[in-house]
Order: sequence, then C-alpha cells, then structure tokens
Amino acid sequence: MKSVLKNRLAWPVIALVALLAVNQIFRGDFLSLRMQDGHLYGSIIDIMRNGAPTILIALGMTLVIASRGIDLSVGAVVAIAGAASCAYIAASPEPASPATAAVAVVIAVVAGLVLGVWNGFLVSTIGVQPIIATLVLMTAGRGIAQLITDGQIVSVTNDSYKAIGAGYLFTLPISILITAVVFILAAVLTRRTALGTLIEAVGINPVASRLAGLRARNIIWIVYIFSAFCAAIAGLMISSNVTAADANNAGLYIEMDAILAVVIGGTSLAGGRYSLVGTVVGAFIIQTLTTTVYTLGIPPEVTLVFKALVVLTVCLLQAPKARNLLRNLKPASPLRTKEKVAV
Amino acid sequence: MAAHVVQNLPRAATARINTEKISRMNELAPVVEMTGIAIGFPGVKALDDVSFRLFPGEVHALMGENGAGKSTLIKALTGVYTIDSGRITVLGQQKNFSTPAESQAAGVSTVYQEVNLCPNLTVEENVLLGREPRRRGSIDWRSVRTRTREVLAQLHLEHVDPGSLLSEHSIAVQQLIAIARSVEVNAKVLVLDEPTSSLDADEVNQLFRVIRDLRDRGVAILFVSHFLEQVYELSDRMTVLRNGKLVGEYMTRELSRMNLISKMIGKDLEVLEELDQASARSQARLAAGAQPFMQAEGLGRKGSVSGVNLSIYPGEVVGLAGLLGAGRTETARLLFGADKSDEGSIKVKGQPLKLRSPRTAIDHGIGFCSEDRKEEGLIGDLTVRDNLVLAMQATKGWARRIPRRVQDELVAEFIETLDIRPANPDALIRNLSGGNQQKVLLARWMVTSPDLLILDEPTRGIDIGAKTQIQKLVNRLASEGMSILFISSELEEVLRLSDRIAIIKDRAMVAEISNDDVSVEDVLTVIAGGAQ
Amino acid sequence: MSPLSTVAPPTIKKPSAVRTRMRSGARYAPTLATLVLFILMFIVGAGMYPSFLSGQVLLNLFIDNTFLIVLAVGMTFVILTGGIDLSVGAVVALSMMVTATMLQNGWNPGIVILAVLVIGGGLGLLMGLIIQYFDIQPFIVTLAGMFLARGLCYVISLESIPVTDPFFTGMAQARIPLSEELFISPGVLIALVVVGVAFFVLHHTRFGRTVYAIGGNEHSAMLMGLAVKSTKVLVYSVSGLCSAIAGILFSFYSLSGYSLAAQGMELDAIAAVVIGGTLLTGGVGYVLGSVVGVLVLGIVQTFIAYDGTLSSWWTKIVIGGLLLVFILLQRLFTRRTN
Repeated sequence: MKSVLKNRLAWPVIALVALLAVNQIFRGDFLSLRMQDGHLYGSIIDIMRNGAPTILIALGMTLVIASRGIDLSVGAVVAIAGAASCAYIAASPEPASPATAAVAVVIAVVAGLVLGVWNGFLVSTIGVQPIIATLVLMTAGRGIAQLITDGQIVSVTNDSYKAIGAGYLFTLPISILITAVVFILAAVLTRRTALGTLIEAVGINPVASRLAGLRARNIIWIVYIFSAFCAAIAGLMISSNVTAADANNAGLYIEMDAILAVVIGGTSLAGGRYSLVGTVVGAFIIQTLTTTVYTLGIPPEVTLVFKALVVLTVCLLQAPKARNLLRNLKPASPLRTKEKVAV
Repeated sequence: MAAHVVQNLPRAATARINTEKISRMNELAPVVEMTGIAIGFPGVKALDDVSFRLFPGEVHALMGENGAGKSTLIKALTGVYTIDSGRITVLGQQKNFSTPAESQAAGVSTVYQEVNLCPNLTVEENVLLGREPRRRGSIDWRSVRTRTREVLAQLHLEHVDPGSLLSEHSIAVQQLIAIARSVEVNAKVLVLDEPTSSLDADEVNQLFRVIRDLRDRGVAILFVSHFLEQVYELSDRMTVLRNGKLVGEYMTRELSRMNLISKMIGKDLEVLEELDQASARSQARLAAGAQPFMQAEGLGRKGSVSGVNLSIYPGEVVGLAGLLGAGRTETARLLFGADKSDEGSIKVKGQPLKLRSPRTAIDHGIGFCSEDRKEEGLIGDLTVRDNLVLAMQATKGWARRIPRRVQDELVAEFIETLDIRPANPDALIRNLSGGNQQKVLLARWMVTSPDLLILDEPTRGIDIGAKTQIQKLVNRLASEGMSILFISSELEEVLRLSDRIAIIKDRAMVAEISNDDVSVEDVLTVIAGGAQ
Repeated sequence: MSPLSTVAPPTIKKPSAVRTRMRSGARYAPTLATLVLFILMFIVGAGMYPSFLSGQVLLNLFIDNTFLIVLAVGMTFVILTGGIDLSVGAVVALSMMVTATMLQNGWNPGIVILAVLVIGGGLGLLMGLIIQYFDIQPFIVTLAGMFLARGLCYVISLESIPVTDPFFTGMAQARIPLSEELFISPGVLIALVVVGVAFFVLHHTRFGRTVYAIGGNEHSAMLMGLAVKSTKVLVYSVSGLCSAIAGILFSFYSLSGYSLAAQGMELDAIAAVVIGGTLLTGGVGYVLGSVVGVLVLGIVQTFIAYDGTLSSWWTKIVIGGLLLVFILLQRLFTRRTN
C-alpha cells in the first residue's frame, strides 16, 4: 500500500476516483452509459467531450513544462486557429463544402505550427525566459485573432467542420477520438523515441545536456511547436463546437486549466520528469470538478472558487513541506528538506 | 568555567597555550564549544557525537574527505541546520540556532565558497545589508558610505569603490567584501568554507594576509580547505572528521601531512604506490612520425586563454598543469567547443575543424568530463542508465532511440567494469556517491568510444578508492589507444599518469615538456619562472 | 599532494574606473530607454496631431491609468523578488464588487474603503504565506488566487452594480486644477502618493533593500541573515494592497462594480513593469520605471484613439510588440553585464 501511495500517479487518481464517487452518490445514474441513435451518452462521455480541448492543450503543456518551460500563449493560439479557419470558411465561395472545411483545418494547423515556431525561436534561439516569451504572444495573440475576424464573431455553417467538435464516429464523439489520437501520438513520439528522455534531460540540467552533445535548441523547438499544434487542434474543436470564432473568449483561461492539469498530474513546474497519463488524469479532475459543482447543486458561479480551492489543496498535497507536515505533525526544518533535494 | 576548560584541553592545545598565550589566560575559554553534536538526514547519519572547540585568535582547520561531515558541522554552527542532539555554546552561552540570522547575532559570520552576497547590489549595500544605519526610519546612505570605506580600508581594499556593483569585481575581491561584511559586525567567529577554491595564488595570498590580520585581532577563524598546503600555511590547529565522526584535534605543526592524510582516509597509502607501478609504461607506443589526433595552433579566446599550441597523439596521456585559475579549464573548454575560440586553429586527424559547439567536437570523436560534476555533468533526476547512454543517444538524435536491450548490455558492462555502486541501472544518479557519479560520467563518454577524452579534475572530491580506480582506468584507456588530456590540481597525479605535460600559466600556454624523470619541482620551476 | 595554488606569481587585477562606471550605468539603461521612447512617442504624436501637444493630454495619461500605475507599483515589488502575481486583475475586480455592494447596502464609504484594503492586503498575505511556507511556485498560487477572487466576484453578483454614493461620485467628478487649462483627478494624487511611498520604501528602508537582495540572490540573502521569509510574504501583501487601492481608484473612474472588469489587467501590469525596465528574474528595476511603463501603454492607447482608423485590437498587438522589444533589450543587457 505504501509503495502504491508513493507512485506519482496515486494522488491524482485517488482524487479523481473520489470526485467520481461523490457524483455517483449524489446522482445514481452518474456512471451509467446508454446508447441512443448509435451514439454513446452519459455523464462520463460528457466530461470527456467537454474536457477534450483542455486535455489536448495540457498534453502539449506537459512537454513544455518538462523542458523547464511554460506556454502561456495557448489560449491566444486557440483564438487565432479558430479565427483563421472560420474566417477562411466564411469568405470561401463554397462555405458548406467538406473541401473548404479541410482547407480550413490545414490553415488552422499551419497557423498553430507557425506560432509554435515563433515561441520556440524566442525561447531556444534568443534565449528569452519561456514565461515571458510566450507572454508576448498571449498579449498580442488575441489582438491578432481580432484582426483576422475584424472584431466580429464569425459564424460558419459547414457540417464537416461542425463534426470536429460535435460529431460522432464509432459511437463516440469525434473530439474524444481526436484527443485519443493526439495522446497516442504524444506517447509514441516521446517514449518510442528518445525525445522524452532528452526533454527531461534538458529540463533537469540544460548545461550538462549541452556538454553531453544534446542539441537542446531542437528539443525546445519541438515542444513549443507541439504545444501550439495541440492548441490549434483545440481551437478547431472549440470553434467547431459552437460553429463560430470568438476572438475574445475562445480559449480564455484555458492555459490556466492546462497548467493546472499538468501540475495536478504530478509533473513538477520546475521541469524534468513528466507523466502524460498524469496530465490526462489531471485534466479529467478539472473537468469532473465542473460537473460536480452542477451535480451537487452548487450555483455554477462558484465553480471558480471551488477550482481555486482544489488547486490549492492539490498543490499543498504535492508540496514536500506540506507532506512532511502531515507525516510528522511537526514542521521539519525547511532548509534541510531543500538541501536534501539538491544533493 | 575557564579553569574547567583548561583541564580538559588536549595536551597539544595546553602546550600551545602555555607557550604562546600565557599572558592572555582570560581568553582561554573557547569562543565556540560544540559537544556531542548529532545531525541525521533520512537514511544517513551526517554527524554522530562530534565535539569541536574554537579559541579566540586561532586559525582552526576543519579537515576531512568529502562527506566526512565538515559542511554539516559548519551549517550547524551557522544556523542553516538545526541539530538533533548535542550542545552549542558561543561565548559561554548555550545557543540553539535555527536560522543564520540567530547565529550571526551571536557573533558567528560565515564566508562561503560560492560568495554569498547579492551581485545586483552595490559593495556598500552588501557590506551593510540588514544593518544599514538609519535616521528617522530611513536608511542614512551617507553613513553607509563612510562606514563601508572604513571597513574596506581595514582590509586594504581602498581601491574598491563602495558604490560599484558587486558583480563588477573578481571573485577574490567579492570574497574579501564578504569578509568585510563580517568584520563590520565585529564578528567573534569567522567561518571560511573553502574560500580559496576559485582564487589564483596571488588572490589567495591577499586573502591569507587579511585572515592573519583578523586572527591577530583576536577573531577565532574556522577554515575549511581541500588544499593541504594552504591548511599547513595558515592554520594553528586542526580537527579531523571521518564519516561523520570525530577523529581528533591536533596542533598543525605536530601532525605531519602523511599522518593527517591517513587520519582523514582511515587507511594507509599502499594503494597509491601500487598505482605508481601500473603507470610505468613505455614511451615506445608513440611511434615516430605518427600523426597527432588533435593539433591546436595558437588557440585562444578573448578574456579566457591564448596561445595554446598542443598536439595530442593517439594512445598518449597529456597532462595539463598550471595554477588553479591559470586557464586549464578554459583550455579544455576551447578544445571541446564548449566555448568558441576567436583566434588560432584546430586540426583533427590533420583536417582543419571549426568547433562551434560541444556537439561538433563529439561528432569528431572528442569527449569532455567537466570539473563541475553536479552542474555540468549529472542529470540528477535521471537514472544511471539514462545518464550513461546520454552522450551516445545525443549523437544519434532524438528520433533514433537506442534499443532497450542495447542500453541494458552497455549499462551492465560498465557497472561491472567500473565497479559502479549500487549496481542498479535504475537508481537515480543523484543518490550515488561522488566517486560513483564520476564513474558513470566517464562511462558516458566511454560508450561513445572517443578518440580523445578530456578529463578536467576527474578525481577531485571523490574518495581515495574511486580515485585510484579512475587513475587506473586512464592508464588502461590510453594503452588501448585513446588519447587523454588529463587536468588535475595534484601535480603528482599529473606526473604519474602523463606522457607529456603542457603547462598553462597566466591564461596562456607557456611550456610543453616530455615526462621522463620530471619531478614536481621541475614543473613548479617552470610555473614559477615561466622559463621554456 | 602539492596543490599548485600556493605558488604565487604577482599579478594584480583591478577593475578600471571607466569600466566600472559603464557597468553601473547599465542598471539604468532599460528604464532610460523607456523614458526616451515615451518622449519620442509624444513628439511623434505632436507632429501628427497638433492637439496632442497639450499638457492635458499628458495629464490624461495619468488620469486614465491611475489604477494601472498603482497595480504596476505592487507588481514591481513582487517581480523584484523574482516572483509574479497573476491575481491582481481579479483582486481589482473583487475590490470593485465589494465596494459597489457595500455602498449599495448603505455602508459608510470610509468603512468600505478600509474593508476593501483589508481584504486585498489579506488575500495577498494569504498567498504570500502559502508561497513561502509550503514552498509552492508563486505563479501557481497566485493563479489559484486569481480564480478565487474572480469566483468570489461571481458569487457576489453576475450583474454590474452601479455606485451612486456621493463620496464616490464626487471623487469621480472632482478635478484639481493645476493652471487655467490643466487639471488632474484626486485619483492621480492618490496614485502619486502610492508611487512616492513605494519609492521611499524600496530605496530607503531595510525592507526595500531586502526585496532587492532577494531578487539578486535569495539564498545569499538568507545566509546574510536578512528577513527573507517575512519579506517574501509581505511583497505579496503589498501587491494585494495595491490591487485593492487600484480597485478603489477604478471604482472612482468607472462608478460601478462588475465581475468581469479588469480582465487581463495583470498582463498590462506585468507589461508595464517589464517595459519600465524591471528584470523579470528580479533584483533590478525601479518603481519610477514602472510608472513610465504605464505611461507608454497609455500613450499607445491615446495614439490609437487619436488615429481613429485603427481598431482597438491594435492596442494589444502594439503592447505585445513593445513587450517583445523590451524583453529582447533586457536579454541584450543581461548578456552584456554577465
């Protein structure tokens, strides 16, 4: 039991199970699934579908954080990707054709990749601190998105495009399937190759990595490009779901949710070792929390307060100091614990 | 109280007191007395029943190998760690420090190896930070300036502008400013933790002059250094620790260097002799007319080193000797491409090569073990396995992962041949001892089978057993045909291992000598005189 | 075993006086660059639009940005220690909501202001305590603080609440004449007092110098026996307090409380501090620089308002661009000094 609790995934999983249990207690049909018109329905499916954009962005964020970085610009990338694709569809001669939707998707993904290259350039080549480098795009990005949409909310009517966020395939929502594909892509990309280890190496000790012959620049570039790629897909999903691009509100605060998902999932904000599965669990916790608020009949306005408290609790549970405090019920010498970590 | 203490003094200490301090009997009470100190970290007993005394007007050296508990003892005295049991008295009063501030208030000041001041603030602020004279709640900057000038003058630092930024000054001056800070509080106890490790000889002398000055004013000085010569030059008495336990307290002049070393390591020195025989190898290996693996001509970098002319042939060990800070590490970094050179040229296997990054060097068969293991070598949170294959993986690129089976074989092989302990490939490398970490880093390069391996202080700060193993390894690799550039502060070690010796002085290469029947004195003569 | 370092070749290294002066000057360079930029923008503006060249345009920069000035002051404290406070925008909104609600329920404005200050300072204190005593990154704690404050806004009301209290409307309309044509608002005076106090605290008290010391090297500051822990806690309290003051000033300005107000204002505050020359790694920067940073942001907005053809989103793009330029400048300066 003790060794199970020591696993980094233990706490997030326990938290998720507890949240699901609370929901099940208050709403008996919470965990049940049903088929209707060949589509799978149920609260769990809803949580997964609504959480899909957050999971996507959190996956990209995990790798960025593991490399000792942070990407604050993902919300802005979501807005730009949505704006670019919807603006293209709205302006095209055949706004309802699947081909138009396909081109729109390509445009959004390319826009995302370009923005990722930009972030990666600032961080890896210019050497700007990540939090600041991406702050630039975070600040300017929504302006760019508004520039694309000319400050309007651009609505589109295109069934193919709508399917990305709201359609079904093999009884499951397409957004869940896309997320699963990206998760597998990320897992294969990092664990079947040496990318994961090298990202961790750069995150833990960049100087030593360089002297060992590692080209950190490429690695860092890859993580920011991947993060922006994920954000662009999420942007497509969000705009497709509401069949409109809202430059102001699409993906607002999603960077916060994504970072929280990563942290809750057990990846340290200081970089280094990461867990993609942990991140997915973390994103589920955040999404389930929103649902729980509804289930418990708490006014939805309170969701944010609730989220804040959960974030704090999780962070406290993960903080070594708080754990020591719980274990000994007396404060350990703070310096000594720090020293130990350093050695 | 005082009488009681005198009775308990070891014979050596009483002798000194009787002869030298008879007229100052009232100062005999130790300023610091630590008895039965124990500090434990989870799984480790860092200090176990250690006692220590420090008298006014003495320089007291704390000796021991890395991991013997020196730092821990110092940190207990300076309030960075709280003790688990035991008693600390300062000036006769029992103290229980839990913060550095409390220790400082009691009169204990500390100057650490990595100067612990604020580089972004001015000299005067650093000297008086937290104790700035105030007038009506506001810092009186004019008094700050006057007071700083006074203190700097006491330490012969008149040339330092109190209003200049700390970061503008050399490490040596920064260290002296740190001492100025403790002089300013009228510290009774000055703890110097490895203060000389990044200073050149001249700076060391400047520092020692200040230390002696303070000692003569009655300050009790606790001095920790890895440099035996410095300890013998400066200290009056020493306390030796081993494995967290007290070995004893001795008068410096009554303890020979050999005795001190055997007390520090707790065994005799046969191992070193055994190695001497192993290194007696012939020069015949260097066939006449062979092509050097690497040739550097007039290599240099502004503000770093200049005029490095060096040829390294396959299968030979070239020693790089020189004072600490003379430019040895800088030379190594240029040869590895860790820093870019801006003058001269490098040829590898006869072909000109521009070293833009370590990666270029690695691609051309060069490896480099940095002297700073922790900051520039280890990836602490990764496993032994990941660390071991890192350089090889880096050259393959991220897309071509070394298959797990190959990794396992490599790791198992090197754990065995290098005797890495614990023999667990999945242990986090930060949990290994210094010597074993060093072996993993050596193995990291060995798996890439480089033609040239640059080793910067590979034996510093590791225990004697691992040290011997590494020295033997260097011999073996060379006899297998690898070129080795060997850098060490210990001249004997350089002489024992190298076929040729290049000497760096004042940030330029001054001489290259063949190592047949060369003695330490010969090399020192070159360094001191600069003769070719 | 004979370490070489006991042998002594006589060489003396002294930094030359010229180099010393240049390097010391580099501390002020980013802030001076911002000031020059501001003056240039003003001159260019005056060249393009004749009405730009009036003292009142300059004063309006202050009148329209009082709250941002105060926020930037608080943020400067936090960033100087190497931290960051993402909660400030939400705390501004919360302060406005509390003000509007309490006034609506007939509380005395004095008590309302006091309560808001206590709430803001208290929230900051709480975040500081968590950051310090549980050793959690400031970024994540203040993010939680942002959610908490924004959430509390929603809990109070989702609707906009008007402020009709005579004291507040009086403050909103009051104009302090400086000459026949020039005037400022009482809010400007309050903001300038805050700036003055902050300047004094940072440069003439031990607390202020400890803030800089922590930003320079926290470990050293601790070993030097400075009150690192309490200082680190207090800077967040200062930032919280400044957010509360900014909230009150914003209430004077907008005469309402709205839970979605001040969205993204933390970004503006951070941008102003960075553009004003404070290093994000801490230890270097000036509160007066941050004020200039706010003025630069203000003049960008004025420009776009004067132009008439440019849409409002250009503000964001230009601020992002400026942020980029100044970050690159910082990069250049830190490279040079290292």
